[in-house]
Amino acid sequence: MTLNLTKEEQEMLSGKHGKATQKAMEIITTLGNIYGAKRLIPVSSVQIAGVSYHNLGEAGLEYLDEMAVDGQTRVLTTLNPAGMDLMEWKKHGISEDFAKNQQRVVDAFAKMGVVTTCTCTPYLIGNLPHYGEHIAWAESSAVCFANSVIGARTNREGGPSALAAALTGRTAEYGLHLEENRDAEVKYVVEAELRNTDDFGLLGYVIGNRTRKSIPYISGVLKASTNELKSFCASVATYGGVALFHMEKVTPNVTTIPETTETITQEDLEHAREKLDDEKADIDFISVGCPHASIDEIRHIASLLDGKQVADGKTVWITTAKPTKDLAIKMGYYDQIEKAGAFLVSDACCAVAPLKGRFTGLMTDSAKACFYARGKNDFKTEIRTVEECIREAVS
Amino acid sequence: MKELTGRKIFKGKAQGETITTTEDISFYGGCDPETGEIVEKGHQLEGQSVAGKILVFPTGKGSTVGSYVLYALSKAGKAPLAIINKSTDPVVAVGCIISEIPAIDQIDIEKIEDGQKVEVDADKGVIHIIED
Repeated sequence: MTLNLTKEEQEMLSGKHGKATQKAMEIITTLGNIYGAKRLIPVSSVQIAGVSYHNLGEAGLEYLDEMAVDGQTRVLTTLNPAGMDLMEWKKHGISEDFAKNQQRVVDAFAKMGVVTTCTCTPYLIGNLPHYGEHIAWAESSAVCFANSVIGARTNREGGPSALAAALTGRTAEYGLHLEENRDAEVKYVVEAELRNTDDFGLLGYVIGNRTRKSIPYISGVLKASTNELKSFCASVATYGGVALFHMEKVTPNVTTIPETTETITQEDLEHAREKLDDEKADIDFISVGCPHASIDEIRHIASLLDGKQVADGKTVWITTAKPTKDLAIKMGYYDQIEKAGAFLVSDACCAVAPLKGRFTGLMTDSAKACFYARGKNDFKTEIRTVEECIREAVS
Repeated sequence: MKELTGRKIFKGKAQGETITTTEDISFYGGCDPETGEIVEKGHQLEGQSVAGKILVFPTGKGSTVGSYVLYALSKAGKAPLAIINKSTDPVVAVGCIISEIPAIDQIDIEKIEDGQKVEVDADKGVIHIIED
């Protein structure tokens, strides 16, 4: 075995620090061996996926309960979205049964010392690593954002391996933790005009489909807001498994520039839009906030909805993190949104909530949301700007 | 008795009959967590159960939730006795660890036939083919 462990790590593996820590260390060292790591490294931040009871099921919950018997997090650890708003689930049509089980999942994480944030954008609400920091994150969009936009270092963890990193404070040093694996592999010159979050989602769709896990270097994007970058990250990770990209004059990582160059035209973007637009989609569900909406996005949506009324037969979910919702309540945005008949839903999102059978057609500004709406819920989809989504909701 | 040597993924010993496929397996969505039946449309093993067998396949694919499906199988008593891969992916590796399923990879899996009786010693990374 080439993986070298410190004395403390060996003790964790031998069971001296309890059963959960031992199991966690078995996961970390096995992954280290598979990928040829030479040592483990400390991580300072963890983001765990696999929180919705809808995905986890009873067996997943049983595993968490087992780990919670004596497992305690060693570093700041936050949670991915759950299947429902933990406070207001009832008015969103979630069943008592589901709510009870979802709460059991959150309680198991809380028992281990996890901060039960339930958001896919931990970097917006206090789990914000800095450039060069080693972290262990699950949630593909957040992984892509952390690696690319922030310049922190993480592989794409799964639920159990992220939890294992939280309980040991370690991860194996391989993949994107190593400088030599972070260089760009293919260059894209963007000639298309990018105006809104939906356009950045379409760009992620195009690059993701072409790139397939290699590391893109993207030039030609003249400016990009944090909201637009989070939309791009979600899309490029969903459609291409991309965990890291470089964007000229936007992202901080240093890289050599690849010689292989491809162009992305307006036509490519329009073609992507056609692919994500289903014919004869009967829109009865409008959702914005994949990834979770920032306070800035909520402010904008509230102003669009102010004084309007959501049409009969349509349901609107604006999804966000709980701390952002609290801020929206304080600022009066929540009242503007809810008075219009839309819901400001925290902790959950349209991709992980148990929504199958409840709607037939989704309109969203998120390319990622389209993927899950189709694959998991059998909804037809249309991708539009936030303004068009709200217009559809009130018409 | 033929012997194949690979790498330990998760410890343990098992003896039983093989079920083999040359196609990758996605446990999440591809395998019923309550019965162990492969349900992926068009898969070589569609309709067959992995429960109580030595499961031989190239590697895993699909969602990381797949690890929890192996755990569910194990809790339901429907898990494979052991897993043998060409190259174990992280989803299957983590699934084996949390469910305590003996597993070995870096095996030339074409040398193992469907329905053979084999002995797996994952601690040593060794497989013995007992009967053809």
